[in-house]
Amino acid sequence: MIKTVVSSALPIDEKLRIKKNVITNGNSKKRICIVTGTHGDELEGQYVCFEIIKRIQENITMLDGTIEVYPALNPLGIDSITRGIPNFDLDMNRIFPGNPDGSMAEAAAYAICEDLKGADMVIDIHSSNIFLREIPQVRINVDDADKLIPFAKMLNINFIWVHDAATVLRATLAHSLNSNNTPTLVVEMGVGMRINHKMGNNLVDGILNLMNNIGIWKDKIDAKLIAEPTVSRGDEVIFLNAAASGIFITEARNHTIVEKGEEIGKIVDPLTGKVCQHIFATQKGLLFTIRAYPVVYEGSLVARIHRL
Amino acid sequence: MKKEIIFNMKSPYRDDFRIHAFSFGKGAKSLAIVGAMRGDEIQQQYICSQLIKTLTTMEEENKISPDCKITVIPSANPFSMNIGKRFWALDGTDINRMFPGYDLGETTQRIAASLFKAIEGYEYGIQLASFYMPGDFIPHVRMLQTGYEAIEEARLFGLPYVCIRQPIPFDTTMLNYNWQLWGTKAFSVYGGQTNNIEDQSTNLTIDSILRFMKKIRVIQNFKQKPGFHAMIMAEEKLITVKADKGGIFYRLKSPNDNVRAGEIIGNIIHPYEGNIISNIISPEDGIVFFGHNKPLVLQGSPLFKIIVD
Ligand SMILES: [Zn+2]
Repeated sequence: MIKTVVSSALPIDEKLRIKKNVITNGNSKKRICIVTGTHGDELEGQYVCFEIIKRIQENITMLDGTIEVYPALNPLGIDSITRGIPNFDLDMNRIFPGNPDGSMAEAAAYAICEDLKGADMVIDIHSSNIFLREIPQVRINVDDADKLIPFAKMLNINFIWVHDAATVLRATLAHSLNSNNTPTLVVEMGVGMRINHKMGNNLVDGILNLMNNIGIWKDKIDAKLIAEPTVSRGDEVIFLNAAASGIFITEARNHTIVEKGEEIGKIVDPLTGKVCQHIFATQKGLLFTIRAYPVVYEGSLVARIHRL
Repeated sequence: MKKEIIFNMKSPYRDDFRIHAFSFGKGAKSLAIVGAMRGDEIQQQYICSQLIKTLTTMEEENKISPDCKITVIPSANPFSMNIGKRFWALDGTDINRMFPGYDLGETTQRIAASLFKAIEGYEYGIQLASFYMPGDFIPHVRMLQTGYEAIEEARLFGLPYVCIRQPIPFDTTMLNYNWQLWGTKAFSVYGGQTNNIEDQSTNLTIDSILRFMKKIRVIQNFKQKPGFHAMIMAEEKLITVKADKGGIFYRLKSPNDNVRAGEIIGNIIHPYEGNIISNIISPEDGIVFFGHNKPLVLQGSPLFKIIVD
């Protein structure tokens, strides 16, 4: 059943509607929520929403409980290739838990949060941005690590990154829900503005596996088919930033082990034909982020490596 | 006047990106002023340019106090202003959400780090800021309640209001917050509109900064214009009046106007049929502090903030 979570009038003959699809079967009161589309340039979650609804509807008797799918928390953004909320200054994932008395965006964030509270699990799917390509991973705030890592391992992803509890991240959807006793996993995978079917299918398998483990899905998935992720805790992630401005070109493949001193890519100047910078791995490790968008300034992130 | 480039970066295709600092006087780091950090903060930059012009003359006339150094940075973001973008054009990030910055991090973190290095350690700091919602204010000084805020000294601007706000997580990356944490008495001054320099409030803001400089004694032998004894108020005490419908907004009351309970202070007009679909009514007696100033409104957007006693 399609339900509208937020409805608000735009100036001219149009309503902004944030919708969810609620699918229920069996007797269990348990509920899992799949949310995505906070950032309008991230599309991997669109395929996952489509595929999981299809798979569940084809095997509806396997469902024991409720799954709610929210494909577009920021419908105006997705529809207009805008990362943020059009006509609004702040990133939508920096205004949670929202404010019922604030601007339209803050009021929408509040309504979304209230709607999700109390779920047995929320999966918030992101796909990096247009600049960086990510291997399928779950990002967990260090404060929630012990509670969430066991669930993250069920998701059939390749990497779990336990990161610092930066103050600014307190305003994310995931933090707002986790601190309200609603366990929320943040998935990052792929790259902005594109869809990778294989990654999407793997995550759908993982979500069904997690649903099976928490008792919402009766079909057991062979544990051998679920990927064993690398878990990165503490100071094990190395950031490689551009030291020059120009065009980044690379032959490196994400999700491979790179040796210390191996070239990750180079920054070149298309006007003079010169190489401005060779970028080398400073440590041996798992390459899990690689820049996808070629134009770089000094400081632009070009790669992340989990040290081995 | 000493002119210095505090940050220089090569761009892939454009001219170099440069941040300029202008210093007056010598000795103790007394006052730093920051103008535009976003590409549409033209009024903020313009105010700085006028202050630089005035301070240049004052320095020649020996009106900068001994052992006082004043630094003005009119813009930390000429690149966005030149191409009509509000935020950093390549990745849409906001320099004012990157403080205290990180000199080995992303581009805008590096810009914030260089800017912060140039202005940290000053006794006083003034940022000419803009609000995240479109509209205009009664000119006022705004501060975050960090535990380090210098409320009484905020009165020295002689602007009619000082507005205090509890920080939310997102504020911890702003200049004002970090300045305070690093021991500078930091003030954000909000004038009228961001894109417009011919506003009467521009001169009011310039006068208030000169008045503040005189009162903290970084300039001398200068006759300041009289100011207000500011009312200090908490932002959460302001009453927000929101749009109950989407449409075309017609504002009937402006900042500083008195309003009565029940008075119609704006209309929302049907975008096609032209009739009034909603009268915006003031719930209490008070003074308009903030008014939305764009013709289009979304349902639920704050249109006015009203000061009530
Ligand atoms: Zn995202």
